[in-house]
Amino acid sequence: MSKQTKKLNLNFGPQHPAAHGVLRLILQLDGEVVEKADPHIGLLHRGTEKLIENKTYAQAIPYFDRLDYVAPMNQEHAFALAVERILKIEVPIRAQFIRVMFCEIGRLLSHILNITTQAMDVGALTPTLWGFEERETLMTFYERASGSRLHANYFRPGGVHQDLPRSLINDISKFCVSFPKIIEDVESLLTDNRIFKQRNVDIGVVSKQDALDYSFSGVMLRGSGVAWDLRKSQPYDCYEQFDFQIPVGKNGDCYDRYLCRIEEMKESIKIIKQCIDRMPKGPIKSIDNKISPPSKKEIKESMEALIHHFKLFTEGYRVDKDEIYTAVEAPKGEFGIYIVSDGSSKPYKCKIRAPGFSHLQAMDYLIKGHMLADVPAILGSMDIVFGEVDR
Amino acid sequence: MEINQNLEKKINSELTTKIKNSKINHEQIYITIDHENLIEVLIFLKSNENTKFKQLIDITAVDFPESKKRFKMIYLLLSHENNSRIILETFISENEVVSSITSIFPSSNWMEREVFDMYGIKFKNHPDLRRILTDYEFEGYPLRKDFPITGHKEVRYSEDKKKVIYEPVRLEQDYRNFNYESPWEGTKYIKKQSKKNE
Repeated sequence: MSKQTKKLNLNFGPQHPAAHGVLRLILQLDGEVVEKADPHIGLLHRGTEKLIENKTYAQAIPYFDRLDYVAPMNQEHAFALAVERILKIEVPIRAQFIRVMFCEIGRLLSHILNITTQAMDVGALTPTLWGFEERETLMTFYERASGSRLHANYFRPGGVHQDLPRSLINDISKFCVSFPKIIEDVESLLTDNRIFKQRNVDIGVVSKQDALDYSFSGVMLRGSGVAWDLRKSQPYDCYEQFDFQIPVGKNGDCYDRYLCRIEEMKESIKIIKQCIDRMPKGPIKSIDNKISPPSKKEIKESMEALIHHFKLFTEGYRVDKDEIYTAVEAPKGEFGIYIVSDGSSKPYKCKIRAPGFSHLQAMDYLIKGHMLADVPAILGSMDIVFGEVDR
Repeated sequence: MEINQNLEKKINSELTTKIKNSKINHEQIYITIDHENLIEVLIFLKSNENTKFKQLIDITAVDFPESKKRFKMIYLLLSHENNSRIILETFISENEVVSSITSIFPSSNWMEREVFDMYGIKFKNHPDLRRILTDYEFEGYPLRKDFPITGHKEVRYSEDKKKVIYEPVRLEQDYRNFNYESPWEGTKYIKKQSKKNE
């Protein structure tokens, strides 16, 4: 007598805590083994690119906070760099330091969230509780610099919006002293943990060649042993002045990606420390009033400043006809902006290249032959945030 | 950058007539090709010893509704070995079909689906050309310049029917697009005046 078996189609999500947002994953199961995965995305699609085409360059910046909302400033950075390169604006050195420092804080924010939720997906609750306390501290740094915890709208083409409050640098430097201890604590819970290793080692292995073919970037690429980081290979702002290492994995499995992220956090702390030690004095945005608005004081005193202010906040600055692709190393991988400008004050086209989009595409390839319980583990290690995947 | 110049020369000498135009700007190579040669050019760029553009970064399109060849397709490639980026451009008209490059770069699958979803450009030999970002049964191509920013349909939960329903968009106030660009050409006017006085 032979047993009758039937393939099972399972709907994973759109509302599922381990889907890290709104992912609808249609899984074809043979028993408990996944044979095929078809991710349905777009449930968080807001038409960011269309909206940006209808807004001035200054009005476009807040949209970038809402893409990958766990590391908002890293994305603003890509847009600011793109506009700066077209307009050929010099960014004051203090502004570059501030931007690098906050990008690294963004990296910490993102990696803390990812590591701890990945741990939670495979059954560990404590790291989340410890990690989120630190995220809260980091978000108060965001708040003190920009005025909001999440949607910062802080970077500008030509610099940053405003200078840092005086005591903020001190507090960030205190955080740099206390935070490595927290990393150690989290590591003591996870790195050698038997359950964590059983759930992650040799799960979702990506070979070097496949990582390239599937357009992986960031930790997904480095976890597979490709030493590639845009902060080193195509340095932007003042990254070349800092001394830091790029951690590279060996096996390309979920566990290596976790280790890469832990090491990257340590390197980020190093960069932030160097930023604080060497933070120069000076202006924090371009002094060209055709691009950056004048101060409130100037507006009260000078007619020209008032006109500049009025023009900048109604028409906005015009950007010469050009097209450019700029990329930054966001916490999740290569985040790029492709802008076509037509000489007006609105971008003609703004394509956002989100790293998570390519990573999620490989879901079918990664999950094939794994057990159903490995789906959250792999999804967790890919570091998916739907704000940027769906745009 | 010297590498880019050498690469541009190399590409031009190997592919000769297939390259319609090439330039270097912002430390990136821009080349324009005919879309019939797309596959050939991409295979060359990916596999050639010197170029090694092994990673496809993104595919997108730009809409120019007033021109004869309406869409500009953009392929962004990256070479880790040479630390260099190339932007491949090709122009197509509205009803033309582009060859899918899924056989060369597997990651182009979703990227092409996105271009299809947003612009309605069709790809030949694509394994699974479905909409990707927009709603199920969505109509129209949102990133085309003639698609209104408010869209065509809105969604709400209907208390009567006890389900989510789609209705044509009704706005209390139409979407307003302010044109702040000053019609004044002050400086020109003054110059003309001063000439007359001379």
